[in-house]
Amino acid sequence: MATTTTAPAHHEMHTAVVSPQGVWWRPAHGREKIWVNVAFIWCMILFAMMPLWHMKGGQNPSGVRGKVTPLAFQERVTRFISDYKVGDERGIPIVAPPPGSDVYVLARMWSWSPILKLKKGAEYTMHLSSVDLNHGFNLNPLNINFQVIPGYDYGLKITPNRAGDHFIICNEFCGVGHHLMVGKIIVEE
Amino acid sequence: MNTAQSRTCAVTGLKVDRNAENLIKVNAVVAVVALLLGVIAAIGILLTRWQAIHLLPPDMYYRFTTLHGLNMLIFFIIFFEMAVLYFAGPVVLNSRLPAPVFGWVAFVLMVVGMVLVNWMVLAGKADVMFTSYPPLKADPIYYLGIILFAVGALIVSLHFFAALVTAKKEKSYTGSVPLVTFGGLTAAIIAVITLLHGALIMVPTFLWSLGLMEMDPQIYRLVFWALGHSSQQINVAAMVSVWYLLAGLTVGGVVLNEKISRVAFVLYILFISMASAHHLLVDPGMGPAWKVWNTSYAMYLAVLASMIHGFTVPASVEYGQRLRGYTKGLFDWIGKAPWGDPGFSGMALSVVIFGFMGGITGVTIGTEQINIIAHNTMRIPGHFHTTVVGGTALAFMAVTYYVLPLIFRKRVAFWWLAKIQPYLFAGGIAVMSMAMIFQGIFGSPRRHWDVTFANAPFSPSLHPAVEIFQALMGIGGMVAAVGVLAFVAIAVVTVFFGKDLADADYQAGGPGLPQGVIKLPKQVHTAAEVQAISRDAGSGTMVLVTIFLAVFALYYFTNWKMLSFLWKIG
Repeated sequence: MATTTTAPAHHEMHTAVVSPQGVWWRPAHGREKIWVNVAFIWCMILFAMMPLWHMKGGQNPSGVRGKVTPLAFQERVTRFISDYKVGDERGIPIVAPPPGSDVYVLARMWSWSPILKLKKGAEYTMHLSSVDLNHGFNLNPLNINFQVIPGYDYGLKITPNRAGDHFIICNEFCGVGHHLMVGKIIVEE
Repeated sequence: MNTAQSRTCAVTGLKVDRNAENLIKVNAVVAVVALLLGVIAAIGILLTRWQAIHLLPPDMYYRFTTLHGLNMLIFFIIFFEMAVLYFAGPVVLNSRLPAPVFGWVAFVLMVVGMVLVNWMVLAGKADVMFTSYPPLKADPIYYLGIILFAVGALIVSLHFFAALVTAKKEKSYTGSVPLVTFGGLTAAIIAVITLLHGALIMVPTFLWSLGLMEMDPQIYRLVFWALGHSSQQINVAAMVSVWYLLAGLTVGGVVLNEKISRVAFVLYILFISMASAHHLLVDPGMGPAWKVWNTSYAMYLAVLASMIHGFTVPASVEYGQRLRGYTKGLFDWIGKAPWGDPGFSGMALSVVIFGFMGGITGVTIGTEQINIIAHNTMRIPGHFHTTVVGGTALAFMAVTYYVLPLIFRKRVAFWWLAKIQPYLFAGGIAVMSMAMIFQGIFGSPRRHWDVTFANAPFSPSLHPAVEIFQALMGIGGMVAAVGVLAFVAIAVVTVFFGKDLADADYQAGGPGLPQGVIKLPKQVHTAAEVQAISRDAGSGTMVLVTIFLAVFALYYFTNWKMLSFLWKIG
């Protein structure tokens, strides 16, 4: 282990229930000083990782963000569905938008609509909002999570890298039917 | 000052103000009542989330989750912290409580608030979870109860400041306030910041519930967490003070450097409010710059504070033990520590669980991008059960084993059980929390009644390992619940039926007295005594924190790696 480099001046020592007398503003010595410096450097590394990932990393929660009334969002989703609808599953429309487009998922108690059909490797801007309460977007089985808030449009640029069925599980409590709220995203090769 | 209003403690020699003593007692007793309510709810939730048992129907599961969160995170913890403030001010400073009537008014307000909130939740009029995010709405009486409770807690904090001023004016101590009081002061200042935010959000929410104003759901989340998260920092500051206190009482653990420990407390005050941002990392209302700056609490300076205490507290124990003569090698001080004293074992386990598990997981999932793979999954409750439960609640239980003989002046009942209680509770919580974190890593949602999604339009299956972790969570959680019930039984039987202690009984010892109470370790050491141990002092702690940092770095960078496998998101 590291040995003390400077010989510390020794003072009286006491427990934390004893009032320190006189001047106690003294420099740290030895191992304590080493640890404070190491911890500080580690904190700077932790901090640097976030801006660094914005520059070099592929997953950031930035998005295109804005306010939207529940009514306006609902109308936009209805238009989106009628433009690109290709079918139904369990009464929920399946929508296949062109790569590069804006796509929409609407959360309400207790469903996600529509079902998206996306192409692997293509980029989309996925808009999330709610028309009633807070909801939570959890993409199964990948474990991607975002908060869905009524009145706010969260437009996330996504590029699916895995084909197959994905499910949207609500993970923000939204009333007694919360656990019934499961949607779907299909990704094709 | 009238001597009848105080007594002199036979163990510590401190003057104990009767009013402060009585308020410590009543606040601690109500804290235990809340703990009991909370643990009953916990058992219901646990046996429901353990899908193989799936005990409660959905409405009751969500109601119990609300009940559990409020009673544990608010009522138990804050009532206990009020007791800590009455101790850290008047008692530690050899002084008195300046205005006892305010203490009682605050206590009544807080009890009324607690009763109203529990009544609303149990009546099914507030199924809104601890967070009560609008537009989800509870009965107005629920918000009123929270407000009354908060006003009471605010009065106690202000009263604590007044007690410090009184002690200073009446010269009840010389020099500076002891570190324990300084930590208590930190907690009280953060409490005031927290409660002002609480007023800022709960009063409008109350008016909104009456239909008198609008409420923006994103603004609510922002201001609510300035209440909700800052209140956790009251816990941290109070817990760290209790660690220092117990280190001193159990093994004569000394303060290495007053400046470093105090600056670390001040860092909490300066930067901790920003921590509320890490609840909003994947919210649509704020941009990346705001998230990065705030979630790092201004470049992780508050994390630095915890890492400092994470060194100085074990080092304090190491110094104390070496000063007591356990000087061999790197770890003789650990081997020869009083592990049969629940005050010591509880404190030590609290430091380990809070630091190794709570700190590492919390800083990691509170990173802006890593939050994408953590938000609202079981990783979140897994994390905070290692900080606020394995950390704070355990530290509070540990100090109770000293409060019972020193303040209630009773022998601790069921002493054999008290000796193992910290191990039961800590072991159970550690296993349960780890199992929750692993479920979360596989995407299992928190606050969810049915993760088989049996009646949903689609039934995705979680990773098969989730079932194993549910069982581990269930078993660990039940062990922890037994630990809590043991604690409640010990505390209640001691307080109401325990054997009274006369001054002469303390030194005589016997069951029901922790070793630090029977023979208080030396509290002050001369420079020569310190010099004699200084070559090796801290070397064992240095090894421990090096292991800690290695685990931290491994966990942290593993999470970045996991994140990099996902879809591209921006």
